[in-house]
Amino acid sequence: MKPAPFEYAAPATLDAALAALEEYGYGAKVLAGGQSLIPAMNFRLMQPPMLVDLNRIPALDYIEPTASGGLRIGGMARHSAVEHSPLVAARAPLLHEAMPHIAHPQIRNRGTIGGSLAHADPAAELPVITIALEARLRLQKRGSERWVDATEFFQYMFTTDIQPNEILTEIDIPPMPKGTGWAFEEFSRRKGDYALAGVAALITVGADGVCHKARLVYLNLGEVPVIAHGAQAILEGEKPHPRLAAEAARRGSEEVEPMGSVHASPEYQRHLARVLTERALIRAFGRAAHG
Amino acid sequence: MAEKFPVSVIINGQPFSREVESRLLLADFIRQEIGLTGTHVGCEHGVCGACTILFDGAPVRSCIMLAVQADGHDLMTVEGLAESEHKLHPIQQGFWEAHGLQCGFCTPGILMTLVPFLKENPDPSEQEIREAISGNLCRCTGYQHIVQAVQKAAGLMK
Repeated sequence: MKPAPFEYAAPATLDAALAALEEYGYGAKVLAGGQSLIPAMNFRLMQPPMLVDLNRIPALDYIEPTASGGLRIGGMARHSAVEHSPLVAARAPLLHEAMPHIAHPQIRNRGTIGGSLAHADPAAELPVITIALEARLRLQKRGSERWVDATEFFQYMFTTDIQPNEILTEIDIPPMPKGTGWAFEEFSRRKGDYALAGVAALITVGADGVCHKARLVYLNLGEVPVIAHGAQAILEGEKPHPRLAAEAARRGSEEVEPMGSVHASPEYQRHLARVLTERALIRAFGRAAHG
Repeated sequence: MAEKFPVSVIINGQPFSREVESRLLLADFIRQEIGLTGTHVGCEHGVCGACTILFDGAPVRSCIMLAVQADGHDLMTVEGLAESEHKLHPIQQGFWEAHGLQCGFCTPGILMTLVPFLKENPDPSEQEIREAISGNLCRCTGYQHIVQAVQKAAGLMK
């Protein structure tokens, strides 16, 4: 057997899962989709003494509309459910566009939105998307809960604000303002591989044709998702134009902090950031104009 | 002795019940406990796709799931594809006719990936086929014959 021995509980309710985490203390790990945790356990990179499996808690698996026009997604909603949800396509088209980029269908059939966020892989799509959409994350522990902005949630590589006795139970996505265009771009060597670089763009254009708000967030170009504040400032207050996209893309590529790998030098990743940003902005401009 | 957990599953329409350790992987359960060795384990960390099975009808990697998680679920492995010893599933027939395998190690995972894919995409383009099998590694064929086999199978299934 590949993984080291561990104790195992698969409670049927969230309360029972939270109680199990509280009772077992620091060593317990939460098992969501398991598409990162189980490989790490097969390698014995991780040897948690206890797993609390959330897969028997149907109450955590949902995608629901909110009254404000946004979405609430349960932590245990599978990637494939989010990918194919008409509600997500209508209310969070940026999320919808990014979903097929997450690994392969076999992984998306098991992987969960809460699990991906809590894992906080620098190359993952969902942390970037939730930050771009200014989502809020619900963290519950026994007897209490708190909400954290996605922007504040990711601290370091594979490290988030989540505490050992907490479970990420819900993602609250606010409605997209009227006139908002979106685009997600990433580049990987093969379909389904970790992207060498990627970017999410959201552009809100007012009736005056001016960009009132811009969001540009990068994946795998830093330990955590990188928000390009400088590039956003270049976009805001200006009318969308290809030249503006090129200028913002250049600025964005200076703001990222690529780490490099065997697959790409930091210089190449920076180049990708510029090219992908320009592409994303051109598409987002077009959608904003027609929104 | 480590604690044992009961697992009752349906595999290829047939019920099985066993008691297993929590750390037993689903792929190893299928191979070692049930004896269905058509499901192959290659990388054992969710990259190569050789262990792909259908879990409640959806393709998943059985090497990065625990056997205990399958309790109460419906599985299908490559052994469940062919109608009989003499009649192959159209996907298998396509691979047979187009020479879609050489050593055959990756084949069960590729077949199990393609069963639901062809159901949803009865007339796939070459690009769609290549994307569909992007999560399955084959080191022999260079994929060209696999793509042709899928095209053949799509034709057979019409």
